[in-house]
Amino acid sequence: MAGHVSAAARSAARSDAARAAGSYPAWIRSVREFFSRGSAIWGASLTAAVLILVAIGPLFAGYPPIDFVGAPFESPSLDLPLGADIMGRDVLSRVLSGGTVILSLSALATVLGVALGGLLGISAGYFKGVADDLIMRTLDVLLAFPQTILALLFVSVLGSSFLLIAVLVAAIHAPQVARVIRAAALRVAGEDFVEYAKGIGTPPLKIMAREIVPNVIGPLLVEGGLRFTYSIALIAGLSFLGLAQDPPAANWGLMLNENRIGLAQNPWAVVVPVGLIAILTVGVNLLTDAYGSWAARGNRPGAPQPAEIIEGPL
Amino acid sequence: MRVPVSTPERCGEAAVVVRGLCVTTADGRRCLVDDASLELEPGEVLGIVGESGSGKTTLGLALLHHCRRGLCIGRGTIRVAGRDLGTAAPEELRQLRGRLVCYVPQDPASALNPALRIGTQLAECLEPRARRDRTQLLDLLSAVKLPPRESFLESFPHQLSGGQLQRVAIAMAFANRPRLIVMDEPTTGLDVTTQAHVLDTVRQLCDRHHVAAIYVSHDIAVVAAIARRVAVVYAGRIVEIGPTERVLRGPAHPYTRALIHAVPDIDDATPVSGIPGHAPEAGAEFSCCSFAPRCTLAVDACREHLPDLLTIAPGHEVRCPRSGDRENLPPRGPVAVRETSVKPLLAAHGVRAFYGRREVLHGVTFEVGAGECVALVGESGSGKTTLARCIGGLHAEARGTMTFHCEPLPLDTRVRSAATRRRIQYIFQNPYGSFNPRRSIGASLALTLSQFEKLTSSERRGRVLAALDQVSLPASMAERYPRDLSGGQRQRAAIARALITDPELLICDEITSALDVSVQAVITELLSDLQRERGLAMLFVTHNLAVVRGLAQRIVVMQGGHLVEEGPTDAVMRHPQSDETKRLLRDAPRFTAAGREAAIHL
Repeated sequence: MAGHVSAAARSAARSDAARAAGSYPAWIRSVREFFSRGSAIWGASLTAAVLILVAIGPLFAGYPPIDFVGAPFESPSLDLPLGADIMGRDVLSRVLSGGTVILSLSALATVLGVALGGLLGISAGYFKGVADDLIMRTLDVLLAFPQTILALLFVSVLGSSFLLIAVLVAAIHAPQVARVIRAAALRVAGEDFVEYAKGIGTPPLKIMAREIVPNVIGPLLVEGGLRFTYSIALIAGLSFLGLAQDPPAANWGLMLNENRIGLAQNPWAVVVPVGLIAILTVGVNLLTDAYGSWAARGNRPGAPQPAEIIEGPL
Repeated sequence: MRVPVSTPERCGEAAVVVRGLCVTTADGRRCLVDDASLELEPGEVLGIVGESGSGKTTLGLALLHHCRRGLCIGRGTIRVAGRDLGTAAPEELRQLRGRLVCYVPQDPASALNPALRIGTQLAECLEPRARRDRTQLLDLLSAVKLPPRESFLESFPHQLSGGQLQRVAIAMAFANRPRLIVMDEPTTGLDVTTQAHVLDTVRQLCDRHHVAAIYVSHDIAVVAAIARRVAVVYAGRIVEIGPTERVLRGPAHPYTRALIHAVPDIDDATPVSGIPGHAPEAGAEFSCCSFAPRCTLAVDACREHLPDLLTIAPGHEVRCPRSGDRENLPPRGPVAVRETSVKPLLAAHGVRAFYGRREVLHGVTFEVGAGECVALVGESGSGKTTLARCIGGLHAEARGTMTFHCEPLPLDTRVRSAATRRRIQYIFQNPYGSFNPRRSIGASLALTLSQFEKLTSSERRGRVLAALDQVSLPASMAERYPRDLSGGQRQRAAIARALITDPELLICDEITSALDVSVQAVITELLSDLQRERGLAMLFVTHNLAVVRGLAQRIVVMQGGHLVEEGPTDAVMRHPQSDETKRLLRDAPRFTAAGREAAIHL
């Protein structure tokens, strides 16, 4: 019987814990649950570190990023903590202000791409039939072209403007996003609650906005995170090729290209921008993964049941 | 604590002996099965009955010394044919499973490998030496009454029906003549006729080969049809165990009685009654009787300490100190079937429906009168759901004419007027899919309402709460999300959502088939009340004739897209005319031996 007594004590302790947990609002409990996974903490810290650096970094730059303050590829010193680049400019100052364009362009391109792809995917998944075929086959044709080269072609012919780059990168993402979201929308569109909404005569646009979008938010956010890292890589690549910004602008991608010949003299001019891009990419990826597993927690076998028991019949 | 019952014929050790078995979560906090003790003779079938979350499947799996992830077997011994499974090494245990103990899963479609031929999968169960021997495989097929042909061995799982797949799974389990087979709701996904045949086969195999079997099910009538003894499980504990006839005729535990009262009996037109209160969380309470909160007989002692299993007759044990007392349950007398003035509300004329080119309804004509409940009965594939969807306007690939209030009713909901749409409401089978999981119940109800009426937000809220109240859901439910609700609560909410528009015709598409019997009883009670109070007409689609016995005034039987019989409920049940109806009645699982006898002579 001793086992039973201690078990009773345990169950009492458990209900105390449930009460304590229940005293927080639901959203705080969700956030705590999200950050209970290592990948969420690491992802959020890495991403936040780079974002903060880019946002407030320029305020702390020792020199204007385009001023010549040392010898080309000068080694690090107290005055120039990361040394100087090919033209003798302060690497630290250029690193601090070199992320703004890449990051904001990537963010814009991602939002545009996910929005466009999401819209196409949801329409294809909801309407099915002819509309689905039309949308998806057109996107298949787009996917058949080598996308990066296509983007390069457009930029070199039309000249580089920030908006054009954002739109091109978004157009590269849209077909891939559309494929993923279509699959998710197809599943949701087959659910009875969508059928019910049709049955009571809800117009299609309202059904898509109210019934389907909220149920594909998860995949949309995961796609957003994934596409954001691709955007960073693509735009940094375009910058490396000199298609995003012209010298002497400070830009991580451009810095790689300029300074790679001095890798032996002052490696920091290359390593630091590369490292920052890598950290950001890894951080966003971890965060996306963590979100994915957090969003799927309700469907996981053995998932915790809602903490409170609902009073009522049945 | 408990002395095993020993009767003279039990000499030597039984085929299966389970003592004090516990299954706990890995952290040891919750006990999903507590103190389970069973004994089975060779060839005996023991039924384990319980509702969802009662731990019956966990108990069944534990007999193979297996647990789902996150669980572990805490205490207890399992001896099968003298072998203690608890002491076997993992590799040894792997060998024993399939030879000494076997498992038949609920869904054979997912248990068989879709990429391998049936013959290959059957051969895998045999000893390596025997695998080449095709005659042995053919023998296995004929043992489970499958066609013993080479071509059958060459087929793939997707080419077989659900009943055939389940027979293959049973053949695989019996292949090595194990001493114990655990069957986890093997007939739940099958229609009544197939179910009756599969049950028959299992009973014969167990008899012939002296294999002990555990039959896990939520359906007490199915268990009554196959098991010699039955164990009732509630919240992880066996609350009553005894010979089937004894337990069904004289249930000693209040829960068993309530459960039996909740099961619709096909031979008896009495209304069912649900179990008050709500089902406990998975896992056993340690300090008291788990059923006490829902029990009308409970005394303080029930809430203070856990009752022991008491022997009340040879082989009949019950975990209740008041097993001799009876609560005042309303007697099961015949229900007064009300004659409704049949003024046709909905009439369908020659409705034909298609899936692509295939015609699935071949010109169906029938009527639903105002305030009348019509049951649409048939086995899977009979076209009953398609017909219901046509009436609900959800299946546009159809032809024929329908009238509603003597006015033409378009087949496509998009062409119907808003007024018509609000007067015909559809309730779906699956309570888990009919609400948008991202919206609270109240918001879903309000959205339906705003589709038909322009109201201020406070008026809307009032109507939402009124609708919830009609289905006996508390107002707090409006803020809840679908995942917070149990299956029965969701189905109530779905009914509330249909009622909020003040409809005249409710189409209920198998709305109780995904629910436990006690919950099913509560829902049918609710529908019956609503029909009486509001004069609602209802079209109740189901494959279970027993459910509609005390609910519907008229029955329409369908088979293969045709309407084969139509008439008042009592007349159809007592004097079925068509072969299909006779078959449905004959094959429905029955409670009583008398009922089973009667069915044979139908």
